[in-house]
Amino acid sequence: MTIKDADASGYVLGLADDALIYAQRLGEWVARAPELEEDMALANVALDLLGQARALLAHVGRLDGTGRSEDDLAMFRDERDFRCVHLLEQPVDDFGVEMARMLTFATYQSHLYAALRTCADDVVAGVAAKAVKECAYHRDHAEQWVLRLGDGTEASHARMQAGLETLAPYVEELFDDDEASVDAAGAGLGVLPSSLRHAVLADIATVVGRASLAMPEPPTWHSRGGRAGIHSEAMGPLLAQMQHIARSHPGATW
Amino acid sequence: MPARRSTVTELREAIAAIPDPEVPVVTIEDLGILRDVAADEDTGHVVVTITPTYSGCPAMAAISDYVAYIAARHGWQARIDTVLEPAWTTDWLSEKGREALRRFGIAPPRRREGGVAVPLGRHTVACPRCGSTDTEELAHFGSTACKAMRRCRVCREPFDEFKEL
Repeated sequence: MTIKDADASGYVLGLADDALIYAQRLGEWVARAPELEEDMALANVALDLLGQARALLAHVGRLDGTGRSEDDLAMFRDERDFRCVHLLEQPVDDFGVEMARMLTFATYQSHLYAALRTCADDVVAGVAAKAVKECAYHRDHAEQWVLRLGDGTEASHARMQAGLETLAPYVEELFDDDEASVDAAGAGLGVLPSSLRHAVLADIATVVGRASLAMPEPPTWHSRGGRAGIHSEAMGPLLAQMQHIARSHPGATW
Repeated sequence: MPARRSTVTELREAIAAIPDPEVPVVTIEDLGILRDVAADEDTGHVVVTITPTYSGCPAMAAISDYVAYIAARHGWQARIDTVLEPAWTTDWLSEKGREALRRFGIAPPRRREGGVAVPLGRHTVACPRCGSTDTEELAHFGSTACKAMRRCRVCREPFDEFKEL
């Protein structure tokens, strides 16, 4: 069974944009994290994600036949052409919320990349085999903080719990089966998002339980549309900041 | 730039001896970053294959440039291919590289006993200065993607640990 490369590119773009946009958000913590070591940790995690995004974006430019470079794709696409989920584009200035997000996303990526290591696309499988080891570090880092804050003082417990509640409406979108994922999974090039849901949520629930926290009640709404290019109000300002230098000085090198 | 083209063996040795830009006491060969040197004596072209330690390692561009420069100095025209598969592992660090790291003050990574999962449990790391195993982790992430920060409880020195991957 095969699908055209151009179709596969939509799925790979989702993988790439999740990594790219979360790297951008994590980079915003540098010099504002609770301690110096955390500035470095969040920057390190962002760097890993940026590396994954670069390899995947370069691949997208080959698959879709446009020959666009990783920079073209990162810096010169408009909002509607991005395929990341809403969870990763949200601005977060509370460390508890960020650790809840990192735990959620790193757990999701760990399961996703573990499955993609054997997918039919050699480049995606290669990125996955490398990234799955990096995600283990990201997950471990978030887990240590969730345990420490959840099982810490009354104040840290309350803020960590609030972090989980704040993000709850954005988690389900990770497991929505969008058209590109269904096609890619059918062709053996991708993983059906809904197939990851049980294992990911069970892993998160284990950490949450050990941290003496509670999994949030099922939210009354959940974000959707990111994989189709429909984004939240946070995306425009994020892209403006990420892209403005490349657009103000096209082709600049240093 | 010399007009004469060096032998393949000389070229290979010169490329293998290139220091890592972040940890200059070890070469790219010691680190396992250098995967292959394929030289064609008829055309004077050489294809050098390298692999990053971590996906986002910012040293890759500098390493590629340096490889091309060294090849040119030896009269060869280089193309640099970056591969991700098979994924780099700290098990590829040579014994010579491990010893060089230790002397430089960086605790070398443990050898993993096969398997894919990275064991992240609290593990024992010997202080590269005094050799004591009574050390503690200060931070999971350090000055480069491949290192963590630790402290020796005996000699009180802080040091970097090359993280196993």
